[in-house]
Amino acid sequence: MTFVYLLVFGFAATAILGLITSWIDRKVTARVQYRVGPPFLQPVYDIVKLLGKETVIPAGASKVTFLIAPVIGISGVIAVATLFWVNQFFSEGFMGDWIVAIYLLAIPSLSIILGGFASRNPLASLGASREMKLVIAYELPFILAALVPVINSHSIRLSVIIDSQAGGVFAGNISGILALIVAILCVQAKLALVPFDIPEAETEIVEGPIVEYSGPGLAIFKLMKNMLFFTLPFFLIILFFGGLRFNGINILWTILEYVGIVAIITVIRNTNPRVRIDQAVRFFWGPMTLIAIVAVILASKGL
Amino acid sequence: MGKTIIPIGPYHPLQEEPEFFTLTVEGETVVDIDVRIGYNHRGIEKLSEMKTFENSTFVVERICGICSTSHPFAYTRAVEDIFPMEVSMRSKYIRTIIAEGERLHSHLLWLGLAGHFLGYNTVYMWAWKLREEILDVMEILSGNRNNYAMFKPGGVRRDIRSEDIPICISKIDSIVPTLVMLKKAVLDDPVLHARLKGVGIMSYQDAIDFSALGPTSRASGVARDVRKDSPYGAYQEMEWDMIVTKNGDVFDKAVVRILEMFETIKILKYCLNNLPDGEIDAKIKDVPPGEGIGHIEAPRGETFHYVKSDGTNRPMRHKVRAPTFMNFPTYKATVKGQTISDATIILAAIDPCYCCTERIAVKDDKGRMLYNGQDLIRLSREKTEKIRQRMGGK
Repeated sequence: MTFVYLLVFGFAATAILGLITSWIDRKVTARVQYRVGPPFLQPVYDIVKLLGKETVIPAGASKVTFLIAPVIGISGVIAVATLFWVNQFFSEGFMGDWIVAIYLLAIPSLSIILGGFASRNPLASLGASREMKLVIAYELPFILAALVPVINSHSIRLSVIIDSQAGGVFAGNISGILALIVAILCVQAKLALVPFDIPEAETEIVEGPIVEYSGPGLAIFKLMKNMLFFTLPFFLIILFFGGLRFNGINILWTILEYVGIVAIITVIRNTNPRVRIDQAVRFFWGPMTLIAIVAVILASKGL
Repeated sequence: MGKTIIPIGPYHPLQEEPEFFTLTVEGETVVDIDVRIGYNHRGIEKLSEMKTFENSTFVVERICGICSTSHPFAYTRAVEDIFPMEVSMRSKYIRTIIAEGERLHSHLLWLGLAGHFLGYNTVYMWAWKLREEILDVMEILSGNRNNYAMFKPGGVRRDIRSEDIPICISKIDSIVPTLVMLKKAVLDDPVLHARLKGVGIMSYQDAIDFSALGPTSRASGVARDVRKDSPYGAYQEMEWDMIVTKNGDVFDKAVVRILEMFETIKILKYCLNNLPDGEIDAKIKDVPPGEGIGHIEAPRGETFHYVKSDGTNRPMRHKVRAPTFMNFPTYKATVKGQTISDATIILAAIDPCYCCTERIAVKDDKGRMLYNGQDLIRLSREKTEKIRQRMGGK
């Protein structure tokens, strides 16, 4: 049964929805920029094309780590997505799965760092060290923001968090709104999108950690990014909007919430230049952490 | 922490053209920079010496695709300086219109690229969308979106039809509201302020010492503009302001270029509205022996041409100096001590144009000359011969 969950929900559903999300992002971006944008199946074509290309391992690279890094990353996403789906549909979580989710969501970033350092390229190691700083920067406010629903529902089980929002979603509270704002900006950084695409900065360090990747390795990294693009908004919906709901008019609400979060991320990415890594760290440790702490205090007061 | 070498180039997504910057970095801080150019040698000066005075205009036009008018403009002025002679007022106005149209689209192109280097692709696309309107105007006026082929020694090759002028003015007017919006979006954006202010500062003294040119120098407070300093074309005919700012950082370089676009629109509209009547071509026949210089303000700074004539129908010596050649060394002053994130935008802030700059001899790393112009021509001929033989004889 676990295997079916992993394969059907964790991988297949997440990958399909992630590819659709990345198409929405690309299409909206293109329309904002007076462009036509890609056809609907373009994300699939990209992945399939890369899968058929040659894998080049750079001379002097740590072979095993270099090849295994993308697999570790995508396994992390599949595991965490499965956890969310299972909680969503079967309420089959376990005590403390919120903590596990937070841990698993850090694995894609770790795999990118691993791959970057393993490829023995100065640009890749620079990108990897930037990614490391970025992870250190956004994890604290992200965890604090994710703590707000836990305080509101008095549980670290995701299924309980979902169920306790049946009466009213947490995004309706002041604390919930503040935490949601912080969480969306942290998601922006987790997805490495402008203004926080510092690790991959194409015009500075040529895609950074994944500069040496080609063929299936790159395809897996790209797929992992696309799957994260679905999984992270999904996590936010579980935490702040009571999960995906499919009864009656709520289907419409669920779609609106999801598309809304994706649209906000896309708009932020299209109306900002890239910031420097020191500015990003200051931004997350300064105002973002403060807002998150305020949200946590408000939540503990029951607001 | 040890020193690492970060290469930017010879092929890098930063710029479309081949260039090679070696950044020596400690952590994220750049401690030294080495600039290598010369990946794109085309022997333009030598080519020009093999063409007639009139044909050379088209050769120098192909030095650069973006500032394709600045080189013929400087070249024709150099040839006219040999006589010396004055061209008619109407052709002066037409030359000014073409040169300013080019400045407008060149600055828009830079603005877009600068946005792209910062990951701000929306600005990139919007600026280039605006640029299309200007390219349409240039197509109406000259028949070409780029490489206008409007110049010849003694005047211009094509007249501007009076029925085209209202269309051009309305097209230029139509971009102004979007340009104002873009200006606000760039100059009032707090994130851009945080990113660009105080970055890559070139002091007034550095700008003087390195002989920086064009917007690069004007951003550092050096009021240096050929259009004002030694007026040519129709620039002394109307009122316009030279944009000079004080800080010398990347933000000020953007400010100078953005505000300059509005001045350019002013000049363009004045010239189109007040185009005088008259001949457009002085029909010069023989160029007397002698030498002449021509310098004009290209979008990137002063373009300088030197032409020497021995009385035949082709230049005996033709020397070109593009503005980027003088702006390159300012990197030594601006990049050191900055982070790698800022290095790219600092490199882009002088609006480098490599294809303008690259006409050099080949040297090895100890500075010994390997090939001169003659050798390169010989090598090229040998290669052509080889290819011809491989293709099966004549």
